[in-house]
Amino acid sequence: MDTLRVLIVDDEDDFRETIVKRLNARKILAEGAASGVKALQVLENKDFDVIVLDVKMPDMDGIETLRHIKKLKPEIEVIMLTGHASVEFGLKGMQLGAFDYVMKPAPLNELLDTIGQAYNKKRGLIH
Amino acid sequence: MERNYRKLWWQHCLAIICFSVIPLLFVNLSLYTIFDRIYTEKVKETLRNTVENQQDTIDLYFSERIAQLYTIANTNTFQQLTDETFLNKIFDVMHAKSTSYMDIGIIDNDGNHLAYVGPYYNLLKTVNFKNEPWFNAVKAHGIYISDIFMGFRKVPHFIIAVMVREKNTSWILRVTINMKNINDIVQKAWFGNLSDAFLINKENKLQTKPRFGGDYLEAPVLPEFSTSSMKHSTYPDFSATVGTKIERRVHQGLDAFYAATPLENTQWILILKESPDELLSPLQKGMNWAIFFTTLGLTIIATGAALFTNVLINRIKKTDRENATNSDMLLQANKMIALSKMAAGIAHEVNNPLAAIGEKAGWMKDLLVEEDIAGSKNFAEFSESLDKIEQHVDRARKIIHNLLGFARRMEPAKEKININNLLDETTGFLENEAKYVNICIEKQYAENLPVITSDLSQIQQVVLNLLNNAIDAIEHNGVITVTTRYHEKTNEVEIDVADTGKGIPESELNKIFDPFFTTKEVGKGTGLGLSISYSIIEKLGGKIRVQSKVGEGTVFTILLPKQ
Repeated sequence: MDTLRVLIVDDEDDFRETIVKRLNARKILAEGAASGVKALQVLENKDFDVIVLDVKMPDMDGIETLRHIKKLKPEIEVIMLTGHASVEFGLKGMQLGAFDYVMKPAPLNELLDTIGQAYNKKRGLIH
Repeated sequence: MERNYRKLWWQHCLAIICFSVIPLLFVNLSLYTIFDRIYTEKVKETLRNTVENQQDTIDLYFSERIAQLYTIANTNTFQQLTDETFLNKIFDVMHAKSTSYMDIGIIDNDGNHLAYVGPYYNLLKTVNFKNEPWFNAVKAHGIYISDIFMGFRKVPHFIIAVMVREKNTSWILRVTINMKNINDIVQKAWFGNLSDAFLINKENKLQTKPRFGGDYLEAPVLPEFSTSSMKHSTYPDFSATVGTKIERRVHQGLDAFYAATPLENTQWILILKESPDELLSPLQKGMNWAIFFTTLGLTIIATGAALFTNVLINRIKKTDRENATNSDMLLQANKMIALSKMAAGIAHEVNNPLAAIGEKAGWMKDLLVEEDIAGSKNFAEFSESLDKIEQHVDRARKIIHNLLGFARRMEPAKEKININNLLDETTGFLENEAKYVNICIEKQYAENLPVITSDLSQIQQVVLNLLNNAIDAIEHNGVITVTTRYHEKTNEVEIDVADTGKGIPESELNKIFDPFFTTKEVGKGTGLGLSISYSIIEKLGGKIRVQSKVGEGTVFTILLPKQ
């Protein structure tokens, strides 16, 4: 259980798939989900350490998905991926238990840093 | 829309003048009319008194003459009186105390002139009066005062005759009255320079000599005219007057007061004429004063109206200007809201593809490292292109973040800020950069600046932006002056950032707060700085304004409320 497991939830296929590939290339076990609903389905069978969640998605948006995730598996850390420069959504997400928010489009390094921090926090809780 | 101030001025001015002048004229005219009526009544009353007094005097004169004749006739016998020596003595006695009589005669029942004393002895002594109209009249009435007539002597005169009955016969005592006496009495009523008084008989023939026109036994002629056309204008005919009659009448174009009254002892009518110009001269004087004061009043009203209207129009102009400025600002604010919404929308839509591009480029870079294509001949080109893609994605990202910064609606923080300190700190960031291009930053701070409650970092952002713009505008060698002021009346703090740069042309002045408006080179400025500054200051409840002159420089003024 040493490998970091990350679930990327974003409706933008090109973005999601590329991120997954790049994370995998960095020895991170990453998987993608095209929507909130699909993410919840994946979560039923699998465990993850960190979920990167886009705020703006059709059908079920990021905030809604976050609520379900926190109900289902509260121990998973969630990073909100927001298009807004405002703290509005970020703050809302954090009130609902998200670890942090990152503004899109973010350089991969920034995202990796945040993911690392979230992972550390989760491990700190477990051990 | 520009108002027609000139038209408005006239409308307003005329309205004031009308509403002031109409009552003024009304009051003045009614006062004058009332006064005129009263005064005219008074004049008529005076005229009535005069004419009646005059009439009394004339009647008294005639009564006395008649009484004297009666006395003479009845205290002397026919025989005595026909003796011309005796008659002469009587006439002398009569003449002693009165100049009224010209001659005296005794006439028998058949008209024979029995005795005569007077200047026309030769002419009259032998005359028989049997056929004279007066002779028959005296026989019928007993007493008779004749009208003026020429008679045998061919000189205008009139007589008084009394018939005396003695035993079976009757005889007549006749005297001729000196015209001068009657004239004298009547002429006492010539008061003013234009008044006239005379007697006429029932045929409208003159019985006394009037002052101006006409002779004995002619119709009286109006005096005032020397022109030939008017020379023979006659008086209005008062010969049928029964009681005293006073009237003002315009006759043949001549306005005059007339008073007429019949005499009791004769068939004659006394007529007085007065010129209204003379009688009413106090009224005329009053009217002149009234006209003078009315004109003075009108002048004052007109001047006052003009001055007051000037003040009012200036006030309206000022208000219009303010309204225009306000609506300009409102328009600008609305434009900002619409644009910020649009900017937010675009930013979101562009964000996702941008993120995908960025990630794809990143992935390709990852792969370039892994695969063994480092040796391929185009490796450097691939690597450089990917770097460029990432670089431009980053640039686009920055623009979008700025856009979102412009669009974001955060509640501003409330902090206590000393603006002077804030400016010191902010100018501190840029001092080195400014020194490098030989720009001096001068500070003119107001000492009495109060501490205000606002958002420090946002104000700092705006000031920084303005200072950056100022440096860009100057380029090399210049002065940036940062001034603070406190407006106690409006409770506002003013920050001025003035530069000695190239200035902004007037055509661009109203666009500088629009998003994406920039004069800087492509890639150097986003055109968002001033529009973000604008929305920040608006949100903080303040105002931002600009004044600029090409070649002299630009001044940005920020006004911030104290609270």
